[in-house]
Amino acid sequence: MSLIEEPRSRVEVPVRPAPPIPYGMLAELTHRCPLQCPYCSNPVELDRRNVELDTETWLRVFSEAAKLGVLQVHLSGGEPTARRDLEQMIRHCVEVGLYTNLITAGVGVTPERLQSISDAGIDHVQLSFQGATAEMTDKVSNFRGAHERKLAVAREVRRLGLPLTVNSVVHRANIHQIPDFIELALALDARRIEIAHSQYYGWALRNRGALMPTRDQVFWALDVVEEARIRLKGVLTIDAVVPDYYAKYPKPCMNGWGRQSLNVTPSGKVLPCHAAETIPSLDFWNVREHSLTDVWLNSPAFNAFRGTDWMPDLCKSCERKEIDWGGCRCQAMAIAGDAAATDPACHLSPLHADLLALAEADAEGTDIYDYRRYFQPDRTG
Amino acid sequence: MTATLTATGVPKLARGVRLRHDEARGQWVLLAPERVLNPDPVAVEILKKVDGARSIDVIVDELAATFTVERATVATDVDAFLSGLAEKGLIDVTLPVIGDAAS
Repeated sequence: MSLIEEPRSRVEVPVRPAPPIPYGMLAELTHRCPLQCPYCSNPVELDRRNVELDTETWLRVFSEAAKLGVLQVHLSGGEPTARRDLEQMIRHCVEVGLYTNLITAGVGVTPERLQSISDAGIDHVQLSFQGATAEMTDKVSNFRGAHERKLAVAREVRRLGLPLTVNSVVHRANIHQIPDFIELALALDARRIEIAHSQYYGWALRNRGALMPTRDQVFWALDVVEEARIRLKGVLTIDAVVPDYYAKYPKPCMNGWGRQSLNVTPSGKVLPCHAAETIPSLDFWNVREHSLTDVWLNSPAFNAFRGTDWMPDLCKSCERKEIDWGGCRCQAMAIAGDAAATDPACHLSPLHADLLALAEADAEGTDIYDYRRYFQPDRTG
Repeated sequence: MTATLTATGVPKLARGVRLRHDEARGQWVLLAPERVLNPDPVAVEILKKVDGARSIDVIVDELAATFTVERATVATDVDAFLSGLAEKGLIDVTLPVIGDAAS
């Protein structure tokens, strides 16, 4: 490739950089879910069933996504199997060439339903485990018997020949189970495990005092994962979402705002990431009124923090600006009160010491969860 | 882990792995769980022939003929590439059962 040199024009014409093309789309089909995990990535204000997009609109969105250049669709929620039209959506995705990934809690999913999802052409299944033991899963998800049901679903997924990823979110109460999560993934014949440290937005922010691990726990966890990665190379892929409250550099959130992926909520809002609604100044366009391409290219929310022009001088002058992409906008909003500030997780942020103090104080908190729930009874069923 | 694949083996993309042309970016991509791989032009030519019907031998024959490259060279490249994919679980290689051939 490097042998071919790009032709260069002699006159320097200012060229608008080509807009990025997204690789992945998270489709949050519903916020309904039988589990009540206290770190759920859904917003605190959950969408009800009566505002969910209908089948036809979702199918249109998937077609538009494929046209835009999206390659992989993550069918998520809430619990995506709560949508009766899930199989229809999967078949449509296959038709338009999208790779489909089901992200499920696995509770209430019968073998017959899995067979039908498999027949529809699902490519990959991600199954969440809130603990490596029944006691832990049931406590964190606030659902008795959840763990046993998940085990049954995992076995069924493999029996159908589908690739399986075990998704585990870790926090203070279960972080010590990381080695057991890895053993569980191996026992279930998963090829991949995600070990995601709880990220503090929405529900997890509400529960930060009950979730925050100690600094020692976090560094122990990093070592355990690193050792397992080497030991299990070629057997089990371990992808980790790192905790950033104790870090030196911020996470490259979404690999850059509006750069690689987008997220559609149950009611059709298009977000650059699932926590973006915590930034009150942003106005999110809806697929009911706009095509996905229009939202991606032209909506003010997607352009607000795209690239590096929006950055404060501290980030703009940093050699890591296209590595970290300024860290996380939602975290800047939550901690600094300004979505355009340097992410306080960065050691160069003036608020870095405050963030660390906050984490250390929270790590001493109590393990009482404010479980995910709708605030008023859902009359729509 | 450096095992060579049997030349009579028939490779097939594993469930959850798909090769497709990506119109938006003008390139071929190999899609896998939470991965998008960009195979180089040689890899693409090999992958197009991984269809669950052709054996490795046949794939090598065809590539050697199409690109008029020495067969031994092609065989080495194909084996190295497919072994890597097999190790990552991206392809399954089935062996034809003939008589009482040892496994």
